Amino acid sequence: MDFNPIWLTLKLACITTLLLLVIGLPVAWWLSKGRSFFKIIIEAIVTMPLVLPPSVLGFYLLLAFSPQHGAGKWLQQTFNIQFVFSFQGLVLASVIYSMPFMLGPIKSALQQLPVSLSQASYSLGKSRWQTFIRVLLPNIKPSLLTAAVLTFAHTLGEFGVVLMIGGNIPNVTRVASIAVYDAVEQMDYHAANVYSFILFAITFVLVTGVFIFNKYQLKSPLE
Amino acid sequence: MISINIEKKIKTYQGQRILKVSGEFKSESITKIHGPSGAGKSTFLKVIAGFIQPEQGNITVNNNAWLDTVSKISLSPQKRMAGFVFQDYALFPNMTVKEHLEYATADNEWIKHLLEIGKLETLTTHKPQYLSGGQQQRLAILRALATKPQVLLMDEPFSALDPENKLALITELKLIFQELKTTVFIVSHNPQELDGIAADGAILSELYINN
Repeated sequence: MDFNPIWLTLKLACITTLLLLVIGLPVAWWLSKGRSFFKIIIEAIVTMPLVLPPSVLGFYLLLAFSPQHGAGKWLQQTFNIQFVFSFQGLVLASVIYSMPFMLGPIKSALQQLPVSLSQASYSLGKSRWQTFIRVLLPNIKPSLLTAAVLTFAHTLGEFGVVLMIGGNIPNVTRVASIAVYDAVEQMDYHAANVYSFILFAITFVLVTGVFIFNKYQLKSPLE
Repeated sequence: MISINIEKKIKTYQGQRILKVSGEFKSESITKIHGPSGAGKSTFLKVIAGFIQPEQGNITVNNNAWLDTVSKISLSPQKRMAGFVFQDYALFPNMTVKEHLEYATADNEWIKHLLEIGKLETLTTHKPQYLSGGQQQRLAILRALATKPQVLLMDEPFSALDPENKLALITELKLIFQELKTTVFIVSHNPQELDGIAADGAILSELYINN
């Protein structure tokens, strides 16, 4: 039994979640403040992976990063980076594909915080950054955890987009969801069963954990 | 001396109208602001603090221009550092009583003094959710005073306090205002509740904001 697809999937999900935390926090903060036409367009673009067929996203990424032309050719020639049929490509696709799962909960949590919290901090002479780190961020912890877990779980379950840009290369781009498909194609139901059960179990534990944590957080502290 | 002359469009249920306030307020004076709901009392305080920009006007505090729409000067709230007591308290749920004050100032003696005034010495490790309404309101006042502000803006600061606590706190606050030479603006629905402040000759003026 080859467990490499499972390790590869977990590695991909960890890297994607960490990268999205770094990218997602400032972007969600920026999106949560005010409304402009430009922000609406950016928000629509980062939300589109939620509704767009993954194969469409994968197809466009394949075109954009093909080493034969455009950005892909430039990246290959200048930095020797290839996004197509490589693990880097999977990370890039996962970051784009899972972005709404990171941004959504963080943005709405930030919007729900009373504006007077920031104002109180500003009136004490604290900068926007100090306010974000010391006041806003600690008060959206449950949403932050939800966002991180949803992103992780969603990355575990990717199929169409990773197949399009990464293909099915063992130890490089064959993640667990693709290994399930591959095993079924080869009539290896035992392997398909094992991969599926592991994915199912990890996702179940993660999502249940988040629900328990959030229930605990929401409970009145005086109870 | 604080000189204020502002015009700000505000939206109300009756439609848009202009909040127009002008006046000169002596340093170390206490001004109670009253007027009907929706008249713009809280907006006026937020304009002074720098949270809201008026369309026109100027604010000068002790010869420093905080705002001048003609010269396009508008100091950030961080530079104005006006003490602000919010109507909803705006306490930080993640911080304990002591952490609120430590976030505002590094002066431990001052923190100790403030805790005594607010009668919160025994509750320093409590987060706001474990405090009563009156204790939360007192913490909001102490936090606003922690930076020793030149200007203190208070929006309904005594609404959750019982008469006994209110009187004791007001007596202490008056001493602090004198010590810090703070100019105070207090919005109140119930102007009589501030009578105690005027009792021993503190400079008190009134500002009525109407529709």
